[in-house]
Amino acid sequence: MQNPYLPYPVRIDDILIETEDKNLKTFKFVFLNPEDEERFSYTSGQFAELSVTGKGEIPIGIASSPTEKGFIMFTVNKVGLVSSYLHAMKPGDLMGVRGPLGNCFPWDGMEGKHIVIIGGGFAFTTLRSSIVLMLDPANRGRFKDIHVIYGARSPGMLLYKEEIQAWEKRDDIHVHITVDATDDPDWKYNTGFVPTITEQKAPPGNADTYAIVCGPPIMIKFTQPVLDNLGYDSDHIIMSLENRMKCGIGMCGRCNIGKAFVCKDGPVFTLAQLNQMPKEY
Amino acid sequence: MKIIKIDKKTWADGLERLKNQYRVYGPVKEDQGFHTYQPLQDGQQPDLNCLNTRLSPKAIVHPQSHPMFEYSLDEKQADHHIMKPVEAGEISRAVVGVRPCDAKAFQLVKLNFDTPEYKDPYWLNAYAATTFVGLACNDPCSTCFCTTSGCGPFHEEELDILLIDMGEEYAANILTEKGAHLAGAAGWNAVEEEMGMDGRLADQKQAAEAKIRSFVKTDRLREVETTALYEAPFWEEIAFSCINCGTCTYACPTCWCFDIQDETHGQSGKRMRNWDSCMYPLFTLHGSGHNPRSTKIHRVRQRFMHKLKYFVDKYDAGIQCVGCGRCVRLCPVNIDIRKVCGLMNSYDTSACVCPTP
Amino acid sequence: MSECIDRIKEISERLLADGKVDMVIGFRKGTLPMMNEPCFARRAADTVHLVWDSNCGINLANYLTDRKEKIGIIAKGCDSRNIVTHIIENKIKREQLYIIGIPCRGMVDKRRIADRFGGEIEDVFEETDTVIVKGEGTEKRFPKTDVLQENCRICIHRNPVIYDELAGDLVEEQADVDRYEDIRKIESMPPSEKKDFFSNLLSTCIRCYACRNACPLCYCPTCFVDESRPQWVGKGQDPVDVETFHFLKAYHCAGRCTDCGACERACPVGIKVRLFTKKLEKDCLELFNWEAGLSLDDRPPLDVYRPDDPDNFIK
Repeated sequence: MQNPYLPYPVRIDDILIETEDKNLKTFKFVFLNPEDEERFSYTSGQFAELSVTGKGEIPIGIASSPTEKGFIMFTVNKVGLVSSYLHAMKPGDLMGVRGPLGNCFPWDGMEGKHIVIIGGGFAFTTLRSSIVLMLDPANRGRFKDIHVIYGARSPGMLLYKEEIQAWEKRDDIHVHITVDATDDPDWKYNTGFVPTITEQKAPPGNADTYAIVCGPPIMIKFTQPVLDNLGYDSDHIIMSLENRMKCGIGMCGRCNIGKAFVCKDGPVFTLAQLNQMPKEY
Repeated sequence: MKIIKIDKKTWADGLERLKNQYRVYGPVKEDQGFHTYQPLQDGQQPDLNCLNTRLSPKAIVHPQSHPMFEYSLDEKQADHHIMKPVEAGEISRAVVGVRPCDAKAFQLVKLNFDTPEYKDPYWLNAYAATTFVGLACNDPCSTCFCTTSGCGPFHEEELDILLIDMGEEYAANILTEKGAHLAGAAGWNAVEEEMGMDGRLADQKQAAEAKIRSFVKTDRLREVETTALYEAPFWEEIAFSCINCGTCTYACPTCWCFDIQDETHGQSGKRMRNWDSCMYPLFTLHGSGHNPRSTKIHRVRQRFMHKLKYFVDKYDAGIQCVGCGRCVRLCPVNIDIRKVCGLMNSYDTSACVCPTP
Repeated sequence: MSECIDRIKEISERLLADGKVDMVIGFRKGTLPMMNEPCFARRAADTVHLVWDSNCGINLANYLTDRKEKIGIIAKGCDSRNIVTHIIENKIKREQLYIIGIPCRGMVDKRRIADRFGGEIEDVFEETDTVIVKGEGTEKRFPKTDVLQENCRICIHRNPVIYDELAGDLVEEQADVDRYEDIRKIESMPPSEKKDFFSNLLSTCIRCYACRNACPLCYCPTCFVDESRPQWVGKGQDPVDVETFHFLKAYHCAGRCTDCGACERACPVGIKVRLFTKKLEKDCLELFNWEAGLSLDDRPPLDVYRPDDPDNFIK
């Protein structure tokens, strides 16, 4: 019987400070045992438990894409005991990763459709994974138009800045970067909240278009009516939830929303599904 | 399978023989005056006069604190910072005198730990190593409502042997291969061939069932819509007296929730799993400080919705309650699942009208 | 008893009908013998459910913490002392409360009654000073003084210390009570014996925190046992962690505990947790001549520094 609680040992390969407040860092991990990389077969939208030995585990969305080989990548916000300790760790340090866990964005259903990605703040990790996945030459033809609307408080708070700026220059993806406000005279992208930019830039909703929305609750709250107005059906709006988790495999009992476990039945749900569930997230 | 007769005079000898092959657990009276399941020492007998134990036998399979992995933080060690399984070496154990409701509870809990996607090795290994020797309830307690919660005083599910106290002797109904093996190890082999035994047992069973005075109704739980039940107005009143302790969940044979914690002493440590409770605010607290179940109304509702609605919908195996009555007896403020179940089962969404301003 | 219940209902109904309070907190009849459930009434009509008898041991001050409404609350002696403590500690304002005082002759110990009765109990009644217990075909009568909760047996503040209206006649306080016989016994133990005694005392603890949560003093937003940064105490069943929880919890109640017995009553595994709090209560009495919750005008001893505070225990 395979022990689903046993993390794969990994080494921290690289650490990148993402934001100007230094509260978000991206960690690249390399598996100590190469065969574990095979076992850790994932797709965009899934998460893993990062296991800091002696401190505990935290569930974090996978920011790398399955098309990127040789490493896995996570962007971690410094909030609690484990993430704070992780932020103080150095390349070369050993820890564990357990997963992949949870479901993914509904890639099969989204094939051949227009995809609109709407993200805010540091909830852009699995969205980055998704964009890299779709832009992979082997995959780009599987999707129609790709729109990305991504906002942060200020230019310094945007994740994966260089990558996003590079995508912005491409013609096979429509990228709309925005910040809430900035006094940077050289800022050449949008200014305004994500719901406003969505209203201006997102294509209208129809049977051929899916929106994936990840962000802070306040952004989601105000983006939802915008998507309604644009004609998106609730089963074409895809969201990813977070709840406190421990086991990640639907056993420890804490992350449920109604009868669904965010860790195992989620974290990805359609708005149509969420509308049928208690609002415990 | 077959019924064996055990003379009470030879009962103790059989148990002693059993201890050669099994770690035997049974109800033992604590100094504080109540019973718990304890491993029986040589010569120690289980107290089978105990109506039921204060706490359920779930800890025998799902201990309150249990090491999952061990690790070293000492960088001089080759495998430092790498989690290593703690070798459990499951020994065969027998739980003697377990009540049918508590045995049935293992079946419900198994639904959580044995899933198509994941298997919990700790629970499943311990469970597989355990043989359950049940004791039918000739005299159920006043708070027992097993007959309307999916089992009963002579219920056989999950038991390997069901003992029935017949006065001078026990009738041992051998229900599984595991049970047959245990009976062999104990030397219980007097096969009952006396005609009419079945009839006597059936009468005794019927008499016991007739003594159950407490009931729940669960027939409508499936059809009432989740969100309507969640929004029902009665939760504030139910939750008011709750003090958010974990007594109900820790005493419950069907509550399985747990926490995972690293405990480091010096340079080495263990990743532990400890019981946890949905009654505690910390259970769902996000790192950010946000808590999706921030009030006791949320938490009380979660406990009852889980047992009586989410579980019912998810597994189609009845309610997540076996009617043992422990939570009813032990709740310090008298929150009674029978009453809550009644409110939920009879909830009529059409009767819910918003108060006029 | 029934006279008292009538008074409670009459006062509560009046308070709600006149809009003097938004809710009344009291007890309703429970679903088991010897159990009543704390409840609230928001409308005058709801007050019909209110009851009072010797099974109202839960301390209702626990239900006042940080509430914003105007509240009528039923208070026996110990509840009233915890209300005083709550007011002193800014967990509720005096102006928010209409205290319906109940002079108390003690609450019965349902576990002691169950032990002494033997079989399953079907019903329990009270007549003046007698508790009548009925089981299947049997009936036993106990003098109430024999089956009181231990803290009630040695209570010296049965009358509410603060109230707006009484729902019963004041009772005579018990005199010549030796409150600390058990504590002196433990104090006289040599350290190793003391340690064994405590380990044994706490060996059945399941860390359900019923003792903490039943206690009106334990209102910290995050209890020290639940803190993760830093984590003071392990979360498992290691005896050191279990004992640390109980010792520290008791110390947090030093000079505040009224010996209402809520902790011990709530404990599902029969731990005499009051042995810890009573030791500290005894110390406060001896060192500071202090009993908690008797007056709104005095600050608790651990709240203030006085140059003449005793310090001979500092070595």
